[in-house]
Amino acid sequence: MTVRVQEETFDPGLELNSFTQSVQGAGAVVSFTGVVRDVEGKLAEMLIEHYPGMTEKAISKIVDEAKTRWSLAGALVIHRYGQLGAGDQIMMVATASRHRVDAFQAAEFLMDYLKSRAPFWKKERTASGDSWVEARDEDEDALSRW
Amino acid sequence: MDVLYFAWVRERIGVPRDTIETDAATVNDLIEELRARGEEYQFAFEDIRALRVALDQELSDFDASLSGVKEVAFFPPMTGGE
Repeated sequence: MTVRVQEETFDPGLELNSFTQSVQGAGAVVSFTGVVRDVEGKLAEMLIEHYPGMTEKAISKIVDEAKTRWSLAGALVIHRYGQLGAGDQIMMVATASRHRVDAFQAAEFLMDYLKSRAPFWKKERTASGDSWVEARDEDEDALSRW
Repeated sequence: MDVLYFAWVRERIGVPRDTIETDAATVNDLIEELRARGEEYQFAFEDIRALRVALDQELSDFDASLSGVKEVAFFPPMTGGE
């Protein structure tokens, strides 16, 4: 299980290939890449703040929880912080399992929990000013299905 | 005790952290002490329903005890992921 919190960008294709090669006995590999959405063509940049120390712990705890719920041959989480532009990748999750259901469900679980339980905060910078992205009720509701 | 602030809580207070001596028994007691520090703090803590708290880097509650806690962090609900 690998958790990386980093400022620099990453290549999702390379990461997926090396993850796939590293897992033993998996018949299914699922990956998700989150990308900075443009705000009606106005986004100048996105700033992601995090809580060094807690971030790594919180993500590891989420991954450990996923491991208790599904049979996983491996899991990878990469999440960036710092200054990002529209179209840049923010984060990536990959899961591997013997059969696809575990990998799909674990990946969705990881995404839902990363969204509202890992200490990251996004700020959008546009020509009309800066604003913190607000958490949505749906994000919290998404956790209740697990 | 180290008290850390993130996102707009940090911006409202104007500093990323304070190191304070406190006898506060709970997070709520600590917030009362912080509010007394000035209007920046009152602004940051005007509605604690909009805030989350972590004790020693674990999410916690406002009525939790601060006994043995070395690091408290206040921040808005998290917005990670895509």
